[in-house]
Amino acid sequence: MPAAEPDSCALTPRAATVRRVWQETHDSWSLELEDPGAPGASPGQFNMLYAFGVGEIPISFSGDLAEITRPVHTVRAVGAVSRALCALTPGSSLGVRGPFGAGWPLEAARGGDLVALAGGIGLAPLRPLLYAALAQREAFRRVVLLYGARAPEELLYPAELDAWRADHELEVFVTVDAATSNWHGDVGVVTNLISKANLDPDTLTAYTCGPEIMMTFCARRLVAAGVPESSVHVSLERNMKCAVGWCGRCQLGSQFVCRDGPVLPFAQAAPLMAVREL
Amino acid sequence: MRSIEDLLEELPFTKALSPEHRALIASCGQNRAFRAGEYVFRTGEPADWFFLIRKGRVALEVYGPTRGALTVETVGEGDVLGWSWLFEPYVYSFDARVVRDTRVIAFDGACLRGKADADHELGYQLMRGMARVFTDRLEATRMQLLDVYGDHASS
Amino acid sequence: MQATAPSVRMERSDFPRLFEALQAAGYAVFGPTLRDEAIVYAELEGADQLPAGWTDEQGPGHYRMRRRGDDKLFGYAVGPHSWKQLLHPPEQRVWRAERDANGRIQFVPEALAAPPRAFLGVRACELAAIRVQDRVLREGALADGGYAARRAAAFLVAVECSDPAATCFCTSTGTGPGVEAECDLVLTEVCEADEHYFLVAAGSERGRDVAAQLPLREASADERAAGRAVVAGAAARITRQLPQAGLPEALAQALEHPRWDDVAERCLTCGNCTLVCPTCFCTTVEDTSDVSGAVAERWRRWDTCFSLDFSHLHGGSVRASNRSRYRQWLTHKLSTWHEQFGSSGCVGCGRCIAWCPVGIDITEEAAALRQEPGHAQH
Repeated sequence: MPAAEPDSCALTPRAATVRRVWQETHDSWSLELEDPGAPGASPGQFNMLYAFGVGEIPISFSGDLAEITRPVHTVRAVGAVSRALCALTPGSSLGVRGPFGAGWPLEAARGGDLVALAGGIGLAPLRPLLYAALAQREAFRRVVLLYGARAPEELLYPAELDAWRADHELEVFVTVDAATSNWHGDVGVVTNLISKANLDPDTLTAYTCGPEIMMTFCARRLVAAGVPESSVHVSLERNMKCAVGWCGRCQLGSQFVCRDGPVLPFAQAAPLMAVREL
Repeated sequence: MRSIEDLLEELPFTKALSPEHRALIASCGQNRAFRAGEYVFRTGEPADWFFLIRKGRVALEVYGPTRGALTVETVGEGDVLGWSWLFEPYVYSFDARVVRDTRVIAFDGACLRGKADADHELGYQLMRGMARVFTDRLEATRMQLLDVYGDHASS
Repeated sequence: MQATAPSVRMERSDFPRLFEALQAAGYAVFGPTLRDEAIVYAELEGADQLPAGWTDEQGPGHYRMRRRGDDKLFGYAVGPHSWKQLLHPPEQRVWRAERDANGRIQFVPEALAAPPRAFLGVRACELAAIRVQDRVLREGALADGGYAARRAAAFLVAVECSDPAATCFCTSTGTGPGVEAECDLVLTEVCEADEHYFLVAAGSERGRDVAAQLPLREASADERAAGRAVVAGAAARITRQLPQAGLPEALAQALEHPRWDDVAERCLTCGNCTLVCPTCFCTTVEDTSDVSGAVAERWRRWDTCFSLDFSHLHGGSVRASNRSRYRQWLTHKLSTWHEQFGSSGCVGCGRCIAWCPVGIDITEEAAALRQEPGHAQH
């Protein structure tokens, strides 16, 4: 009984064009694409971006998904493909496949507090969630962002953080691990912000993204404070080539991170993350 | 075969307690030994125990998927291991991997908490001792964070 | 539908007629042949290329061809090849792309090509393996169109086992030696002192069409009993066992069992087991381009979870140690596969045991992992 969807749509990229590129930090760039063939996507999902002749990597959506034919992707230039993508100029062509993956369950936070905990580049996959929440702001009580990075110059979207603070729709707490005296904000790990934000564990849904160690510590701190494990969602990362559950590389236990994830409830992810080298 | 009480008389953490208090907590303790490579406890396990290290070395580790196991600190003879028994949710936050064959006195956390609740002077002394451990470790951790040996050109 | 109980017989001397009938129906015949001291699957022109009179002697890390005393065509168990190389090929082009002078890219997906092929000599365990791969590649949320096309174009001629190897354990996995699953034709070879014939049953419309071209006569009750005895005899000769009851759950609880350290000292992470395993499906992707930079291709190739690259993320591999990679293979095959695809990933063919250069035995490892740590093994 073959499935309805022809796989050539899923495995073959569609051509897209770079509209704009701009640098975010010393090693990350954002690309805004023109992708007329884009089907709708939801926050937490990702595209596979193909740099012609070089290769393809999974990159989360990091912009406003209401503008689906103009997706934004923030890319950290750490390998051959990511460097090639960050070097693209406006007007260049690239390949796009997607969207893939299970995204952030926004509905779970309805009626309560929505808390995003971002670490480093982890803010990029969370930003579409925040945009979606702001677009229906009355559906939530508090909308809170707790954001930690290594140093002030590593913070993503600083102007936007200020803008959010200024219009009071979203509470923004930022901290860095270490800083010079030029920095007047908080210094310390992102888990410190949890108590600072005075969160109500009974009514919040938490969405966390960043290095796995950071997500684990944040999730456990929230759980220790009384948040149920099922109300905390993490976004995992594994080697991905096909993004459709066939190449087998992204498995974590029985979960295919490309398809069952990358977003998983901590209740499900915790035992998997606890086993070394799983 | 020396009693737990005798051993506590020598260990730095319990040396300063009164003999009566040492006797009280000794009843919560037992001798245990671990071989190199074993884990005294793992992240996420119920923190039922508090350990005083008599001999050996234990590494406190955090694991990340591509970074592998990172040692954040090692503890040895005379040191305290495990403080998650003090506060809820009583769950260990690190892996404690034995680097060299290690002998400890292991204290039942619930037993200790019970003794401290019943005898507040004992409780106060235990908390003072733990607070000292914490401040020392915090200061050390801050120094580690500064990456003092790194190449930090002024910007 | 399942094959009806075989009630007709074909003489061994008429076996070339099966080739003729398949070829006349437009199928290229692929089947077993002796090559490079092994029985491998290759395209065959005629029955004379079958490994008549040969058998295989297998054990941990051991595979040898031996001459039989008789002339059986299928008197062996299984060789290093499996049908996955035809249904889920070792390399496939996924798409081709061209970049024009203006830098615009055009992507062209690879056309599905599935020439009709007959697979001759499919063992019960292999039928089970094909069904396992069906569930992975054809029956998930997304269907692999190439696999589905090749699968539909494959005419399956199953042959029941008469001579299992010491490495076989299909009786444990419930996947043989008798053929019960869907196929087009089932043959049972009966080779006695004075008679050599095949019992034949059709399991599909097109199977019946091919059988109608063969010189068949009604099989007597004795002959049908002889056929059943072949399979029963094969089952009785299987010595290896894979513990079944509660195995997936037991492995899920044993992720830190000391046995993993033990096997890690022996495992070379060479990946032979994944190459020969008929259900392993993992692949990698290779993006290439030509010198001019105007043409690029994507190829999908077999890969193995034993490679460091398989779990690579920037910064390193998630499964850096041998231990973790062997654990991934075994727990996927015998445990998490159930949750993902509703069955075991193992069909008891024993290839991984024979083709492991150090002779690691999956049944032995599974049994050891089920024991509480500290129980003496070996």
